[in-house]
Amino acid sequence: MSSATFRIWRGNAEGGAFEDYTTEVSEGMVVLDAVHQIQAEKANDLAVRWNCKAGKCGSCSAEVNGNPKLMCMTRLNSLPLDQPVTIEPMQTFPLIRDLVTDVSWNYEVKKRIKQFAPREPDAPDGSWRVDQYDVERVQEFRKCIECFLCQDVCHVLRDHQLHDKFIGPRYLVYTAALEMQPLDTEDRIADLANDHGVGYCNITKCCTTVCPEEIAITDNAIIPLKERVVDQMYDPLTQMLRMFKG
Amino acid sequence: MTYESFEYDVLVIGAGGAGLRASIEASSAGVSVGLVCKSLLGKAHTVMAEGGMAAALGNVDDRDSWKVHFADTMRGGQYLNNWRMAELHAQEAPARARELESWGAVFDRTKEGKILQRNFGGHKYPRLAHVGDRTGLEMIRTLQDHGIHQGIDVHMECTVIELLKDGDRVVGAVGYDREKGRFRVYSARAVVLASGGIGRAFKVTSNSWEYTGDGHALAYRAGADLMDMEFVQFHPTGMVWPPSVRGILVTEGVRGEGGVLRNSEGKRFMFEDIPELYKSSTADDEEEGWKYTQGDKEARRPPELLTRDHVARCIVRELREGRGSPHGGVFLDIAWIKERLPNGAEHIKKKLPSMYHQFKQLAGIDITQEPMEVGPTTHYVMGGIRVEADSQMSTVPGLFAAGECAAGLHGANRLGGNSLSDLLVFGQRAGQHAAAYAKEQTGAPINPDQVDAAARLALEPFERGGDDAEGPYQVQFDLQDMMQAQVGIVRSQAEIQKALDAFGQLYERAGRVGVQGNREYNAGWHTALDLRNLLMVAEAVAKSAILRKESRGAHFREDFLEKDSEQAKLNTMTRLGAGGEMEVVQEPLAPIRDDLAQIIDDNK
Repeated sequence: MSSATFRIWRGNAEGGAFEDYTTEVSEGMVVLDAVHQIQAEKANDLAVRWNCKAGKCGSCSAEVNGNPKLMCMTRLNSLPLDQPVTIEPMQTFPLIRDLVTDVSWNYEVKKRIKQFAPREPDAPDGSWRVDQYDVERVQEFRKCIECFLCQDVCHVLRDHQLHDKFIGPRYLVYTAALEMQPLDTEDRIADLANDHGVGYCNITKCCTTVCPEEIAITDNAIIPLKERVVDQMYDPLTQMLRMFKG
Repeated sequence: MTYESFEYDVLVIGAGGAGLRASIEASSAGVSVGLVCKSLLGKAHTVMAEGGMAAALGNVDDRDSWKVHFADTMRGGQYLNNWRMAELHAQEAPARARELESWGAVFDRTKEGKILQRNFGGHKYPRLAHVGDRTGLEMIRTLQDHGIHQGIDVHMECTVIELLKDGDRVVGAVGYDREKGRFRVYSARAVVLASGGIGRAFKVTSNSWEYTGDGHALAYRAGADLMDMEFVQFHPTGMVWPPSVRGILVTEGVRGEGGVLRNSEGKRFMFEDIPELYKSSTADDEEEGWKYTQGDKEARRPPELLTRDHVARCIVRELREGRGSPHGGVFLDIAWIKERLPNGAEHIKKKLPSMYHQFKQLAGIDITQEPMEVGPTTHYVMGGIRVEADSQMSTVPGLFAAGECAAGLHGANRLGGNSLSDLLVFGQRAGQHAAAYAKEQTGAPINPDQVDAAARLALEPFERGGDDAEGPYQVQFDLQDMMQAQVGIVRSQAEIQKALDAFGQLYERAGRVGVQGNREYNAGWHTALDLRNLLMVAEAVAKSAILRKESRGAHFREDFLEKDSEQAKLNTMTRLGAGGEMEVVQEPLAPIRDDLAQIIDDNK
């Protein structure tokens, strides 16, 4: 059994500092295991958010050695243990305490996006007929576990703090999942262009890089949405047709 | 003391599938709804469900019907089930599945474009509507995304510590918010418990920190009956290696897709012991089993798809007799199907993406190339709050329960896939009936003394910081070790008695638990508060287990190996005695309706 040192942020909105904790590490351990061990043995009141410990709930997001990660899916043998492992909270959201941040803004954003509105059912029992091919595109987006790591790393939110103008990659994926849902009849394109700020994204793909579900956020969700906005809002032919329709 | 106060017609405690569905239903009935959840919205344990949701849609095999689903559920539960709940569940699950689709769920499809259904243990026909192996995520997200537009007031990261009563009736609850540790008082004309299970009472579990039996304990302390607490489901396939991931679930879907169990000698040991009830519906040989998993309607299921209680016991037998894998499990092999399917590896990744991901990342194993090592893990509690089948009202007026924290539907053993459908069917019913009940009430008077008492008790751990104080985690670990060893998958009088004798000391230690720091997001304090519930439910499991002197479903007694025809007629009730002691007694089941008995006979 060997040991390693973990440099964990301790503090709240008023301030704080990194503290070093040395603990034993064993084969197969992940960062969250080390945090739990420290919590049980040395710092009972260490605040950390987690649930499933299997990469399915998206609760234990943090920055490990500066990289946005799910702590439950980051194995210690993927990190250099000859130097302290730094663990700090996500930087884009207000700090509550230690490793826990206030992510409630995300929940507010979701409410502003028009909800699913299906077409009339195809069969008398209220069901629909949809091809597997047509649902697969949406299923990729629906893998999202709402860990908010993409929001954390997006520089529009992280560096420019444009939380009131831009909904962030998570909610562009959410919008794409609705827009490409084969049964959906709602139109969210004008909202995307205006209130939801799709134009702020300049396709640096940082979100795609950190997504633990490996969703091709930029290529499969954001770019197609940008194209739809251009087609619908700025295409000269469409604009002319709209003029005639009044 | 002063508290932040809220007033609702219906208060729902727990925001997994059942709590969300109940909230949506109550809200649509036109009453005000508060929804309190221990974690963030959308993170409850429902998110972990993998295989699917059982509903007799008949999309893949049109021989399926609610009657066959009903008979399968009763057989799986070894006939201890509340038959009325099993009937309602089988009848209403298809409508609940379709409703989920109308709210935006995107299920996998059949060639005709209908909702695809897959095979699962104990289900006669392919019955589980699913999305790859992440059906729970699809369900909770659909309910969440629909629910946030229904005018429900959501209180995230708030833990309820006590129910409030006015005479016999439940009229609200006290809780604290994680962020600041401030107490909150909820006044409500009806309360729905949808708090999930008790998995944290055991050492090896697929359950998260939240599953400390809160709803069970709140209901018990409020005077409600709990039922059949001896029945704890040990899922046969949890990860066993590396140690830090021990207990994490490996979906039954792996076996549904053709995965097989082997011991260290390479033998498919499940063929060796097939229970009488299932002899006629189990494959004779490996070939027939394979055909079944590939949709051959003439073939019968492979023994790997027998019920969870049985498969778990067979694995324990292999381990005890020295035929386990290197890390103390058995081998679960899906990679072998490459011999039969040209694009085997791709097929596995497509059908079981999160399993592929999970093993690759956490164990460094490629499941398309090599077998997994698996062993039983505490997964689910069949026992829970005793409810009236149609309304889901508990034995205490104004208190309802739905989902895992309620008892009845699953009897002695739950079939895989019957949980997600349970959440929707009975979440909907609990919401509907709680709203109707709330409309009949004129108010919900709160007694401030009850609130003060709950708050005072909750703050005690801060006053015990001295040298003789216990740390909250060690007491929890010791309880988990004890339950795992003595009231686990194989039980006996002597072992359970040992556990029962140790409870006194554990309660005493829990009473000395002290915590450091302040009330802000203090995990130590939360663990200390959860201990009270965890000890209560663990004791109920042990006391119920010692009373049932037979082996049935998930309850296996090595000193009473057979089923007993007298015990077959009894449910086990746990309730708070007049002197504050825990009272556990057996009471007769209601005789089954003739037409339902006929359905069971017809499907034998």
